[in-house]
Amino acid sequence: MHNKAKLGTLSILAILLVVFYMVIDAGGNWDYILPRRGKKIFAIILTGAAISLSTMVFQTVTNNRILTPSIIGLDSLYMLIQTGFLFVMGATTLTMMSKNVGFVISVGLMVLFALLLYHFMFKREGQNIYYLLLVGLIFGTLFQSISTFMQVLIDPNEFLLVQDKMFASFNNVNTDLLLLSVAGIIAVTLYFMRFAKYLDILSLGREQAVNLGVNYDYVVKRLLIIVAILISIATALVGPITFLGILVANVTHEFMKTYRHSSLIFGSILISVIALVGGQLLVERVFTFSTTLSVIINFVGGVYFIYLLLKGNKA
Amino acid sequence: MIEVRGISKQYGNKNVVENVSLQIPTGKITSFIGPNGAGKSTVLSMMSRLIKMDQGEVFIEGRELSKWNSNDLAKKISILKQSNHINVRLSIKDLVSFGRFPYSQGNLTKEDWKYVEEAIAYMELTDIQDKYLDQLSGGQRQRAYLAMVLAQNTEYILLDEPLNNLDMKHSVQIMKVLQKLVREWNKTIIIVIHDINFASCYSDYIVALKDGKVIKEGTTDEIIDPTVLKEIYEMDFEIHNINGNQICVYFT
Repeated sequence: MHNKAKLGTLSILAILLVVFYMVIDAGGNWDYILPRRGKKIFAIILTGAAISLSTMVFQTVTNNRILTPSIIGLDSLYMLIQTGFLFVMGATTLTMMSKNVGFVISVGLMVLFALLLYHFMFKREGQNIYYLLLVGLIFGTLFQSISTFMQVLIDPNEFLLVQDKMFASFNNVNTDLLLLSVAGIIAVTLYFMRFAKYLDILSLGREQAVNLGVNYDYVVKRLLIIVAILISIATALVGPITFLGILVANVTHEFMKTYRHSSLIFGSILISVIALVGGQLLVERVFTFSTTLSVIINFVGGVYFIYLLLKGNKA
Repeated sequence: MIEVRGISKQYGNKNVVENVSLQIPTGKITSFIGPNGAGKSTVLSMMSRLIKMDQGEVFIEGRELSKWNSNDLAKKISILKQSNHINVRLSIKDLVSFGRFPYSQGNLTKEDWKYVEEAIAYMELTDIQDKYLDQLSGGQRQRAYLAMVLAQNTEYILLDEPLNNLDMKHSVQIMKVLQKLVREWNKTIIIVIHDINFASCYSDYIVALKDGKVIKEGTTDEIIDPTVLKEIYEMDFEIHNINGNQICVYFT
């Protein structure tokens, strides 16, 4: 099969990169290096999978290829939560506080926000999904402004702590959080499997989906909740990196050239692992940690985004 | 049997559909006719649960629409709207195979593929079945969507202006296919149609809507009548019998 060959190639490339990342420059200190790098790779695969899955689903539900789930304001909310903690409790309490607690609170608040947003938007019948996105976008801007406001008030030293959180980084992923995230992501993914078969149909649009017997509102609401939880966990684990999703989703569509989500989602997960591990190699070996992965991803993603817009303009 | 009891729909303060009640005859082609903005498509959409009604009920085989399981309903009734744009790249065969989703939930069996092939052949698309939708002419695309509805193999088929974008040859071909479906498979077909002569020549029953209300309904002979048509369209009609068909002339 054509698709299988493509997926095979991607798998091999991903595995090669992972192995290369694990063994490069090891210098014989296997006991020290393997667990450290293994943890990082694991976090990369986990967030890559969560983000590409949620972006794929989000783009299918909205029938739009240039949207990312961050449009409903989850990234900005994450920054607001981090800044808010610091602003209210100060740096000492924050560094003393267990990381697990902070993580659970962040994820909890983000999911709660998404649920409230969906609840109020879906309560009124006939609401366009773009209306939901627009309201989310406005909330995102609001959160961003409040964060900025608090950031200019706090002590510059404390601001450094916030700044640290602004960019996604895999360099200091906490093991406890990793386990918590794995549990969360696996649970959500299992729940997602019930709805996976509807994705191909949803890409035909609402009317065709209803005609073919999909309980549209029910399924779309569940899928959007799944997206929100996945994004929240990934963001709380490594920082705001949802821009990766749009990059990966579009590359996957270009590369796979299929409508079947089973292939698309698997392919997008592999591509995101390739992008992240490749990017991390660049950060560590070429830039020797002078930049972060999200800067590279955002740069490449931004260039690709402009290319997409220009290409769409011509067509 | 589809029965509509007093359905209404408002957009803002405007009543688009007002207290419409209908009984659709089984095993026949029923045409919805009427001027633009009469609410024909809205009635069709409400009958097929695409949009919710503000008042009233629709019964399909005695059971109210909202009481049906969505997937079971998709095996009973299918709807094709007039504008279909799809963002994904699909071949005709892919599209038609989606019609089997209510039966297979995405894993098509041999039997499902048989239906898909039959539907494609019925619509004379076999030669181009591997072409992508964006490579097709408007008429070919319209036939591809109809093939998908055929593959869905429902007792009730609702079509919103199926002759849009089609030339005379393909319009006639589609109407003949619909007649065949009614005669051979005892399907019940409801179409929204603008060309009064197509309605006259091919339908068994006609429902005329105007300003959101049913103003006339009856057999084709009862509706294709100068006084009745004048009331519906507010213009003069001459009706001539040509080879057994009632043809309306309204080019004044």
